[in-house]
Amino acid sequence: MSGIPHDHYEPKTGAEKWLHSRLPIVGLIYDTIMIPTPKNLNWWWIWGIVLAFCLALQIVTGIVLVMHYTPHVDMAFASVEHIMRNVNGGHMLRYLHMNGASLFFVAVYIHIFRGLYYGSYKAPREITWIVGMLIYLMMMGTAFMGYVLPWGQMSFWGATVITGLFGAIPFIGEPIQTWLLGGPAVDNATLNRFFSLHYLLPFVIAALVIVHIWAFHTTGNNNPTGVDVRKGSKEEAKKDTLPFWPYFVIKDFLGLAVVLVVFWAIVGFMPNYLGHPDNYIEANPLVTPAHIVPEWYFLPFYAILRAFTSEVWVVQFASFITGGIVDAKFFGVIAMFGAILAMALAPWLDTSRVRSGRYRPMFKWWFALLVIDFFALMWLGAMPAEEPYASFSLIASAYWFGYFFVILPLLGVIEKPLPQPATIEEDFEAHYGKKSSAEATPAE
Amino acid sequence: MFKKLATGAAFALALIPAASFAAGGGEQHITDYDFSFEGPFGTYDRNQLQRGLQVYTEVCAACHGLKLVPIRTLSDEGGPQMPEDQVRAYAADNFSVYDPALDEDRPAKPVDNFPENNNAGAPDLSMMAKARAGFHGPYGLGLNQLFKGMGGAEYIASLLAGYTGEEKEEAGTIFYENTAFPGGWISMAPPLSDEQVEFADGHANDVEAMSQDVAAFLMWTAEPKMMARKQAGFVGVLFLTVLSVLLYLTNKKLWAPVKGKD
Repeated sequence: MSGIPHDHYEPKTGAEKWLHSRLPIVGLIYDTIMIPTPKNLNWWWIWGIVLAFCLALQIVTGIVLVMHYTPHVDMAFASVEHIMRNVNGGHMLRYLHMNGASLFFVAVYIHIFRGLYYGSYKAPREITWIVGMLIYLMMMGTAFMGYVLPWGQMSFWGATVITGLFGAIPFIGEPIQTWLLGGPAVDNATLNRFFSLHYLLPFVIAALVIVHIWAFHTTGNNNPTGVDVRKGSKEEAKKDTLPFWPYFVIKDFLGLAVVLVVFWAIVGFMPNYLGHPDNYIEANPLVTPAHIVPEWYFLPFYAILRAFTSEVWVVQFASFITGGIVDAKFFGVIAMFGAILAMALAPWLDTSRVRSGRYRPMFKWWFALLVIDFFALMWLGAMPAEEPYASFSLIASAYWFGYFFVILPLLGVIEKPLPQPATIEEDFEAHYGKKSSAEATPAE
Repeated sequence: MFKKLATGAAFALALIPAASFAAGGGEQHITDYDFSFEGPFGTYDRNQLQRGLQVYTEVCAACHGLKLVPIRTLSDEGGPQMPEDQVRAYAADNFSVYDPALDEDRPAKPVDNFPENNNAGAPDLSMMAKARAGFHGPYGLGLNQLFKGMGGAEYIASLLAGYTGEEKEEAGTIFYENTAFPGGWISMAPPLSDEQVEFADGHANDVEAMSQDVAAFLMWTAEPKMMARKQAGFVGVLFLTVLSVLLYLTNKKLWAPVKGKD
C-alpha cells in the first residue's frame, strides 16, 4: 500500500512463510489493523466504527427476522406481529432492527458532517467521499424498502408516494414506475421485490464499505488539522501517527459503548418513539392516512422535494423554457436528488486550499448555518404542506444549494485562512504539552 | 418569490409559539392518566389487565376483534397471568372459532387467537394502543412521548370517557360528540355506562375506571412483551455502562504515555 510508511508484516516461522507466499492474508489483516493513524483524531472520528457496528447489527438481526417473516400482502403484517409475540426474543430483534436503522442514520449524518467540516472530502480523498455518498444512497434505498416490509399504513402509502416520484420523470416516468412496482400500483409484486432487494443491498453496502476503507487506507486518514502526515520516513511518520491497534480500536470502542448505552435505552424503554403510530395499522389501499410522513432520516430531503411548488418562480421558469416538460413534481424530484448530488460534488466545489474548517474563520459560520439548515429542513419535512412551512422550506432548500454551489466556491477566494500547524505532532503537543512527544514510542 | 420570502420570514417570527397548536391535531382532548406501565420501570397491573379483559369480553367484544392476540398469552408472565385452566375455560365459554379440519365451528381453545370481528365495521383492537398517539408535543416533534410514552392507552381511555351526550345525524348515520376523537364526532355509540360490568373484587366500575382498565388491557394486547423488554433494556444499559467505564479506564491508561500523563 502506498501512503504512510510503516512496518509491514514479516512472516517468521516456516508455516507463516508457506502461507504468506501463497495467500498474504495475514499480512493484509496486519497492515489494515496496524495502519498508522494521525494521533490527533478527536471524538468526531468514532462514527466510522459505529457505522460498521450498525451494518453488522442490521445484517445479523435482519437475517434472523427473515426466518420468521412472510413477504405477502395478506400475511406480512401478521407475521411481524408473530415475531413480536411468538418468536423467542423476537420483540427485541425487531425493535433492535427498527431502531438500528435510526442509529445507522444518526451515525452517517454525523460522519458526513464531520467530513464536511474538516474537509475530509478534499484531495486526495475524493474517491473515499464518492464511495461514501454511494453507501449513503444505498442506505436510503435499503431503509426505504425495509420500511415497506411490515406492510402498515405508512409502509404502503410511503411506498406509493416515493415510487410516484419516478412517475414524475417526463415521458418515461409511468412505464418506469410500473416496472419498479411490478404492476400499476403498490401490491404483492412490489412487496416481494422490495423484500428481495432489502436483503441484497446490505451486502452491496458491505462491499462498498471495504472499498471505502481501502480508499482512505491508501491516502491515510484526514485529521482535525487537515495537515498531512509527514511521509518522508518511518521515523517522521511515527511522530505524527499511532497504529490503529490498539490506540484507536480501544478509543473507538469506548465511543461505541457510550453510544450503545443511549441506543439500548431507547430500544428498551421507548422503542416506538421514532416510529409512526399509523404503521401499526395494516396497509389499506382504500384509506389514505391524514399525513403521510417519511421516517425522520428522510425528512430533510423530503422537505426539499416538497419545497418547489408550481408557485415558485424557478419552477415556473424551468417549466417555461422546457415547454412544460419539467413540471413542479419533476422539479422537486430533481431538487431532492440534486441536494444529495451537491454533497457528492463538494470536493470540486470547495476552492479553498485549506482542508480543516478549524482554520477557516468565515467558513465556520456558514458551516454552522448548514447544520442548522439541516435540522430546520428535518423539522419542515414533518410539517403539513401549507404556509408558513412551505416558505420556510423554500428558504432552507435555497440555503442548502447556496452553500454548496455559491458559498463553497466563493469562500476559497475571498477568505483569509488562519495559520495552520506545520505538523500533526505540533498540534498534538499544543494540546497535551511538549512532554508528550519526547517519548512518543508507543507502548506495546 | 421575494414576496414569499418576506412573508415567510415575517411568519417565522410571528408563528413560532403558535405553531405548537397547529401540529397537535385540532382540539382533541387527551387526559394524561397515570398508568402503572409508564416510564422505564413501569409494569402492568395484573389485576387491572384482568378487569380490562372482563370489560373487553362483556362489552367491546360484541363488535371488536383481537385477531392478532393468541388466547394462551393471557397466562403469560407480564400479562393478566391467569391460571391455564382458567384460560381454557375462558376460551371455551366466550368464543367459538371455525375449524377447517372439522369444517364447522367449535369452542375456542387457548392455542387459538381471539376471533376476528367485523360487526358494524369496527376496527380490530389488537394494536390499537400503538396505532394511536395521544401526545404530539410542541411542533409535532413528539417530545412529550419521551416523558409520557405514545399515549395510546390515554387516547383510548379518553375516548371511552369523552362522550358529551350530544349526537347528530348525517346521511342516515348517527354521530356522537366525543372530545378525544379527531374531528369531534364518532360513529361508535357510547359503549360504557356506569356499573355496566360487575368486578369480582368489587373494584370501581364507573365509566372512567372501566375506560382506564380496558385501555390498560389494550396496551397489553398491543405490547405484550413490554415488561420483558424493559428488563432487557435495564440489564443492557447497566452492562453497557459498566463496559463503557472499563473501556474509559483502559483507554486512559493506554493513551497516558502518548499524552505524557503517566
